[in-house]
Amino acid sequence: MANYMDLIASQKNTKGGIIEAFHAIQKEYNYIPREALTAAAKAFGMSEAKAYGVATFYSYLSVEKRGKYIIRMCESAPCHVAGADEVIKAIEKYLGIKTGETTADGKYTLELTECIGQCQATPVITVNSEPIFNVSPEKIPEILSAYK
Amino acid sequence: MEEKRVLLEYADQINPESAADYIKVGGYKGLEKARAMQKKDLIDEVKKSGLRGRGGAGFNAGMKWSFVPQDAPVKYVVCNLDEGEPGTYKDRIICEKNAQALLEGMAICGAAIGSDQGYIYCRGEYPFVVELLKNAVKSAKDAGALGDFDIEVRMGAGAYVCGEETALIESIEGHRGEPRFKPPFPGVAGLWAAPTVVNNVETFACLPYILVNGAEWFAGIGAAKYPGTKVLTLTGDINNPTYFEVPTDYKLRDVIYKLGGGIKNGKKFKAVQVGGTSGAFIPEENLDTQIDFDSMGAIGAALGSGAVLVLDETRDIVDTVARITKFFEHESCGKCNPCREGTFRMCEMLHKVNEGKASEKDLENILRLAKVMRKASLCGLGQAAPIPVESTIKHFKYEYMRKLV
Ligand SMILES: Cc1cc2nc3c(=O)[nH]c(=O)nc-3n(C[C@H](O)[C@H](O)[C@H](O)COP(=O)(O)O)c2cc1C
Ligand code: SF4
Ligand code: FES
Repeated sequence: MANYMDLIASQKNTKGGIIEAFHAIQKEYNYIPREALTAAAKAFGMSEAKAYGVATFYSYLSVEKRGKYIIRMCESAPCHVAGADEVIKAIEKYLGIKTGETTADGKYTLELTECIGQCQATPVITVNSEPIFNVSPEKIPEILSAYK
Repeated sequence: MEEKRVLLEYADQINPESAADYIKVGGYKGLEKARAMQKKDLIDEVKKSGLRGRGGAGFNAGMKWSFVPQDAPVKYVVCNLDEGEPGTYKDRIICEKNAQALLEGMAICGAAIGSDQGYIYCRGEYPFVVELLKNAVKSAKDAGALGDFDIEVRMGAGAYVCGEETALIESIEGHRGEPRFKPPFPGVAGLWAAPTVVNNVETFACLPYILVNGAEWFAGIGAAKYPGTKVLTLTGDINNPTYFEVPTDYKLRDVIYKLGGGIKNGKKFKAVQVGGTSGAFIPEENLDTQIDFDSMGAIGAALGSGAVLVLDETRDIVDTVARITKFFEHESCGKCNPCREGTFRMCEMLHKVNEGKASEKDLENILRLAKVMRKASLCGLGQAAPIPVESTIKHFKYEYMRKLV
């Protein structure tokens, strides 16, 4: 795993690049650990409070520990009319958690998202940002069992 | 009437990352021409083409550029690839099919305003488009096609409001994506307080074709006051849920019944929402309207991002609108009161209606709140949030009435 100091250093010359640094950290850790946030704030000359304000503004950044696989269900109108509610129920049932929670083994986190721009194949979920198209409640066990 | 492909003419026939491929089909000729022109003549040419912003506001592109002070030492060209409007994926398609046209368009804007630095702000939902664009920039730089114009690609992180141009600028600067008070407009003081032009992907991608074929050619396509083509994305209860590029005088009915292949499963049409989730719902009687900016405006709707969500006769309008109000409640940045509190209350009241617990008095309150939000919100998010609510109460009131206690 890349050290977060190196990840921050790799973005240091990017003007205003703290969000890019957060992306790099999250790619490795799946969330932004407290120490990494502190270090990023320092590197970009911001107070820790301000950096925290930035990290918590964006829904794709997280300061809470999350699972290895982040599953997101799109619930915007086109996915909603295509049956997103039923899919979310099926995912909750399969994983045994509610939306916003992480499974006890730390493998899966379930979140809702707004439109991810793949509306040609609704309803859509993503697993670690990779879109999966035309999902249905019946397909959920097969889809998710592929992520070990 | 058929599609008219300008931006997407070579879709799937060229590698969007490759400058060489793009040059083979005539690419970078527009930039060459632009660089040989005086700045003022170039801006005039773009003005004359009638090209208006494809990001929703429909502002004349050349006009916007003309506000940039020529003598400022540093200026920026920023491309808005935030594409957060639900149901919209046309900017992704333009990048995936013809990314080099976007880069060329940005460089043309750079030549017009005297800027050598561009930024593309790509939404966090499209990490693969970020990769594609970085490779495309590298290919163009290596081929020498961009000259001294540089482009940096930045990635957003899941905030719809960052599509608003000043919030987008804040986000590139590494801040919370909250809209700024205007004026000053970005053209005068934008990114790092320097004059900045922000345009949509599709707006930039039109420019090479305007330069090569001439302003008159472009002005002659589609609707006279909003000329050119528009890439639309069809979703919902439609047989062909995909993207199309059409001239702007194309009729909404033809979008649905010709290109879209009609309503799915042989059902009847109920409503169409154009422009994404912040757009108005349009009933059957208005389907013979052209999709251009002004024609849509005349029926109280908006072309917006070009998303087209079709609902069949079985769909529950109130349930759909209730879901939409939750979108705005979630995406409100919280900077101003009418929107922060308004989207919250609107969502609460719409769910109350949807659950069959509201009275006629609530419906009155909804309309009053809608008016306050429209008039008093700081940015377009809060101003547009009540549009789906108001337009459905106007055209589909019976759907609300039957849910009241
Ligand atoms: C809440 C909100 C979201 C917006 N989202 C986008 C967007 O995703 N893409 C876009 O190009 N413009 C978006 N806009 C419009 C921009 O503020 C701006 O008008 C546009 O980028 C200008 O480019 P254009 O003139 O080429 O259309 C949004 C505006 C608001 C108020
Ligand atoms: S209208 Fe909404 S999104 Fe826009 S500034 Fe106000 S609170 Fe933020
Ligand atoms: S609405 Fe779900 S991907 Fe666009």
